[in-house]
Amino acid sequence: MNYIPSDLKVVGTRPIRPDGVEKVTGRAQFGADMRVAGMIWGKVLRSPHAHAKILSIDTSKAEKLPGVRAVVTSKDLPHIANEEAFVGEGPMNFRDLSRNCLAWDKALYEGHAIAAVAANSQAIADAAIALIDVKYEVLPYVIDVEDAMADNAPILHEDLFTAGVEPKPTKPSNIAKKVVFRKGDPDAGFKDADVIVEGRYTTQPVHQAYIEPHACVCSYNSDGQVTIYSSSQGHFMVRAYCAKLLGLNISNIRAVAMEIGGGFGGKTLVYLEPVAIALSKKSGRPVKMQMTRDEVFRASGPTSGATIEVKLGAKKDGTIVAAQEILKYQAGAFPGSPIGPGCMCGFAMYDIPNVDVVGYDVVSNRPKVAAYRAPGAPISSWAVECAVDDLARKLGVDPIALREQNGARNGTKTHYGPTHQNIGFLATLEAAKNHAHWKAPLKPGQGRGIACGFWFNIGGESSAGCHIAEDGTVVAVSGNPDIGGSRASIGMMVAEVLGVPAEKVRTIIPDTSSIGFSFLTGGSRVTFATGMAATQAAERVVEDLKRRAAQIWEIPVEAVEWKDGQAVPAGSNAGAFEPLDIAAIATKAGRTGGPIGAEVSLNAQGAGPGFGVHIVDVEVDHETGAVKILRYTAIQDVGKAIHPSYVEGQIQGGAAQGIGWALNEEYIYDKNGKMDNAGFLDYRVPVASDMPMIEAVMVEIPNPRHPFGARGVGEVPIIPPMAAIGNAIRSATGLRMHDLPMSPPKVRAALDAVAPKMAAE
Amino acid sequence: MSKHHVSATINGESVEFLCETQQTLLDTLRDEIGLTGSKEGCASGDCGACSVIVDGKLMCSCLILACEMDGSTITTIEGIAQGDHLHPIQQKFLEHAALQCGFCTPGLIVASKALLDENPNPTEEEARYWLAGNLCRCTGYDKVIRAVMDAASVMRGEKAA
Amino acid sequence: MPKVLITGSACQRFTGGRSELEVSATTFRRLVLELEQRFPGLGKQVEEGMAVAIDGEIFQDAYSATFGPDSEVVLIPKIGGG
Repeated sequence: MNYIPSDLKVVGTRPIRPDGVEKVTGRAQFGADMRVAGMIWGKVLRSPHAHAKILSIDTSKAEKLPGVRAVVTSKDLPHIANEEAFVGEGPMNFRDLSRNCLAWDKALYEGHAIAAVAANSQAIADAAIALIDVKYEVLPYVIDVEDAMADNAPILHEDLFTAGVEPKPTKPSNIAKKVVFRKGDPDAGFKDADVIVEGRYTTQPVHQAYIEPHACVCSYNSDGQVTIYSSSQGHFMVRAYCAKLLGLNISNIRAVAMEIGGGFGGKTLVYLEPVAIALSKKSGRPVKMQMTRDEVFRASGPTSGATIEVKLGAKKDGTIVAAQEILKYQAGAFPGSPIGPGCMCGFAMYDIPNVDVVGYDVVSNRPKVAAYRAPGAPISSWAVECAVDDLARKLGVDPIALREQNGARNGTKTHYGPTHQNIGFLATLEAAKNHAHWKAPLKPGQGRGIACGFWFNIGGESSAGCHIAEDGTVVAVSGNPDIGGSRASIGMMVAEVLGVPAEKVRTIIPDTSSIGFSFLTGGSRVTFATGMAATQAAERVVEDLKRRAAQIWEIPVEAVEWKDGQAVPAGSNAGAFEPLDIAAIATKAGRTGGPIGAEVSLNAQGAGPGFGVHIVDVEVDHETGAVKILRYTAIQDVGKAIHPSYVEGQIQGGAAQGIGWALNEEYIYDKNGKMDNAGFLDYRVPVASDMPMIEAVMVEIPNPRHPFGARGVGEVPIIPPMAAIGNAIRSATGLRMHDLPMSPPKVRAALDAVAPKMAAE
Repeated sequence: MSKHHVSATINGESVEFLCETQQTLLDTLRDEIGLTGSKEGCASGDCGACSVIVDGKLMCSCLILACEMDGSTITTIEGIAQGDHLHPIQQKFLEHAALQCGFCTPGLIVASKALLDENPNPTEEEARYWLAGNLCRCTGYDKVIRAVMDAASVMRGEKAA
Repeated sequence: MPKVLITGSACQRFTGGRSELEVSATTFRRLVLELEQRFPGLGKQVEEGMAVAIDGEIFQDAYSATFGPDSEVVLIPKIGGG
C-alpha cells in the first residue's frame, strides 16, 4: 500500500520515543552495563610495534598468575582458508577478520591484538597481560598511502597481489586493487574545454569516535551454545561473524542487542566477541570484555586517509564537459577501504558526459579501516566540491548556479552506470538558493562556502513484526539495533497503519533467536527497509482484524473496512454494527482464530538516494589560524520525515562529524608508527562550544518505493561539510586549503605562506 | 591488600561499600554498587560520560578515587528523577529529541543540572561552554542546548512544564 | 537482446576488457548463469560482489529482477554503508 498522498495522523509528528525514559534515567543497558552470574573479566594484549614478525608467544607466566582462568591466542580459533563470504556489509574476508581479532604470524599495526586473558577481576587480567612474553622481529613500517604504494615500500602481505591490473602481477604489493570507472571520452572532453581547474587534496585517518567503547559479555556453554550480549550495529552480523570465526553452528548462538552508544559504521564488525567466546570456552565462565578509549583508537578501524587528484574541464558557458579523479585510499592492515563508493560518489550529483575515475585500495600499518558514515564519499567530495568552487570562481558564476546548470536530475546517467530516478538534488539547490542564510550579509573578514553530497542508501533484508496484546495495545518488533530513533519511527509507521495513537505501540528489538534475520543497521536503511517490513506486518494485522470483525458480525470480509483504528461496516447494506476497535477484537481473538500478529521478512529494493547541500559561514583568526563556525545550514532531500526530530538529528549529527573532520580530527603518528593522540584530549572532536545551532532543512521528494516515501538520511550529511568549510575559508581569506584537517597550525602556515606576497602587494 | 570501607550518601541514601585503593568512583559505582547509569567513555576525564555531582560540585567520577568519598554526598543520574517524576531537564531532553544513542545523556543531564543549580539563567554561550566537557557524537549539540535552555525556563517558573 | 554494461574493472578482467555485452538472459539469475558460462569466474564475481541496476534502479540481490529486450542493465560494485 502507498501512504504517500494520505492524510497522516502519526507519521510526520514528533512523539516521545518509546525508549526515551530509560535513556534519560540511566536505566538503559549498554554493552558494558551487562552483568552475568559467574562473570570473569577479559583483556587483550596488543602489539607495541607498527609492523613486526611474531616469533613466539609465551603465556606460561600469565597462566600461573593466581586468578587467571584462561589465556588465548590465534591458535585457539579455527584456521580459516582464504575465503570470502558475504554476510555483513559487502564482502568480508573472514580470514582477515580472524587475524585482525587475534594476530597470526605478524603484528600489522600498533594495537594489533596478539593474545587475551580472562581472570577473576579486571585488575588481575590487566596484570596478566604484562606477563605474556612475546618475541618480535620489528620490521620497517609504512603508513602514508603514497609511501605504501611506492616500489620499495615494506610489504605487509606476501600473498597480496594487485587485483584489477592486467597482466596479473607476480610481485606482492601493498596495492590490493585498482578500480576504474569511465564514461565517454575524457581526453577529448578536456581538449574541448575552455577552462580547466585541477587540485591535489589529502585527508588523514579519522575515527568514528563513538563515545561508547566496544564491550561485550559472552557465555559459552559446554554443549556449544553461546549467548552474546554486545552493542553492535547488527546482532545478526555478530552472530554470523562469531559463528564463522569460532566454527560454530549459527543456530547455537543467541546474540542479544544491548543498547549501542554510537556506531556510525565502526560497529558493523566484531573485535572482542570472538575473543571473549574463546576465553569463555577455555575458562568455563562467562567473560566480559571492554575496550579502553586508548584501545578504541589504536585497535578499531578509523576510516581511510587518502590523496585525491581532481580535474574539471568546462566550456565558457558553464557546462562541465570532462571530469577526472584519481583516488588513493588507505585500507589499514587488510584490504577493504571504501574505494568503490569513493569513486562512484564524487561526480554522482552532476551530469557530465566524459568522466574518468581511477581508485586504489592500499594496505598500510594502521588499524584495519571500518565503515564511517557514507564510507568513501566524504573524502571524494572534499576534493570535487573544492574544485567545483574553484571552477565557479574561474568562470565568474555563482556556485549554486553552476551546480544547477550541471546538476543531476531524473534521467541523468551516472558515470558508474545507473540512471538517476526520483531524486531531489535540484530541489535542495533551490532550497539553498532561497534560504535566508544564502542571502544574509557577511561582515568583513567572514566567508561563506557551499558544497553538496550524494549517497546511494541501501535496502536489503529486514524482519519486523507486530503483535496485538490481549488489551488491544500493540508490540512492534524490529530486527535492527536502534542507533538513532528507529524504534520511534517504526512504531509510528505501525501506529499509522493500524490507526492508533503512537503511544499505543511499543517497539522492541528481540534477540537473534526471537525474530527473523535482519541485515545490519547501516547504509541508512532501517527506516526504509525495516520500516517497510513493519508496515507490511501491520497491514497483514489489519487484514486479520477485519477478518475477525467479519466473523463477529457474521458478514463477508469484503464488507468490512478499517478506519481510524476501528473495523466498520463498509456501507449501510453491510449492517448497522457499532465499530469495533482493536481492544474489542483482541478480547475475542481466541474465539475467532487465535492470537493476532504478523512478522514479515523481506529484501527491500528501491532505496532512494539522498542529496545534501550545506552552507557555512566562517571567520578565520589570522593570529591563531583558528576557524570559527558562525552559521550552518544543512539542506537535504529526506523523502518523507517519519519522525522529523530524529531526521533533523541525523542531519545535525552528520554535519557535526563533518565539521570535526574538516577542522581538527586526525590520527597523529610518531616516528615509530605509534599513534600519539589516542584520547579525546588530543583527538579533538567538536564540543558544544565549537558549534552554533545547526539548521536542518528537510526537503521532501518522496521515494515512491517506500510506503511512506522515506529515504535514508543518516549518511548524506557528513559528506558536504569539509568542502563547504574549505570554500568558506577560501571566501574569507583567499586561501585554498588542500589538506585536511584545516586545523590552526595548517591555516596559520597557509596564511604565513601568502603573507610576504601580500605585504609586498 | 585490604579494602577500604567507605560510607557515603548517594542519591539521598546512606551507602556503605568496599573498594581497593586504586578503584575510581566510576568503577565502584558501576561494579560494586550496581549504579551503571554513569558511563565510561574515556577514563581520563575528557568526555564527561561519567559526570556526577560530589558535595555540590560537578566532577568526572573516573578522576576520583572511591576511597576518598567517605562522608561525601554524591548525586548520579539515578538520583535526578524524583521517584517516577522526571526532572524538567530529563523531560525537555525527551521533548526536544536531545538524545540519539543516549550514551552521553546521563553525563549531560547531570552536568546540566549542575549548571542550572549554579546559574539558573544561562545564555546559550554560557550553556555551551559549561557543557563543553560533555562530548556527544550523535546530536551536534543543537537539540541538547535547546533542551537545557527550555528546562531552565521551566525551572525559573516562566512557563509550565 | 538486453545489453549489459559492466563499469569498473573488477569484472572486465574476466571479459578481456570488454565492458559491453549482449545477453539472452531476462532475469538476474539467468544473467549470472549465462555470464559464468561465457566467462568462467565472472558469474560468481557478479553474484557475490556486484549489484545490478536495471533501467536506472539498483537491485542489491534479487534473482527474480527482470529486464526486457530494451532494458539497460548495468553491473556496479555492491554498496555498503556506515
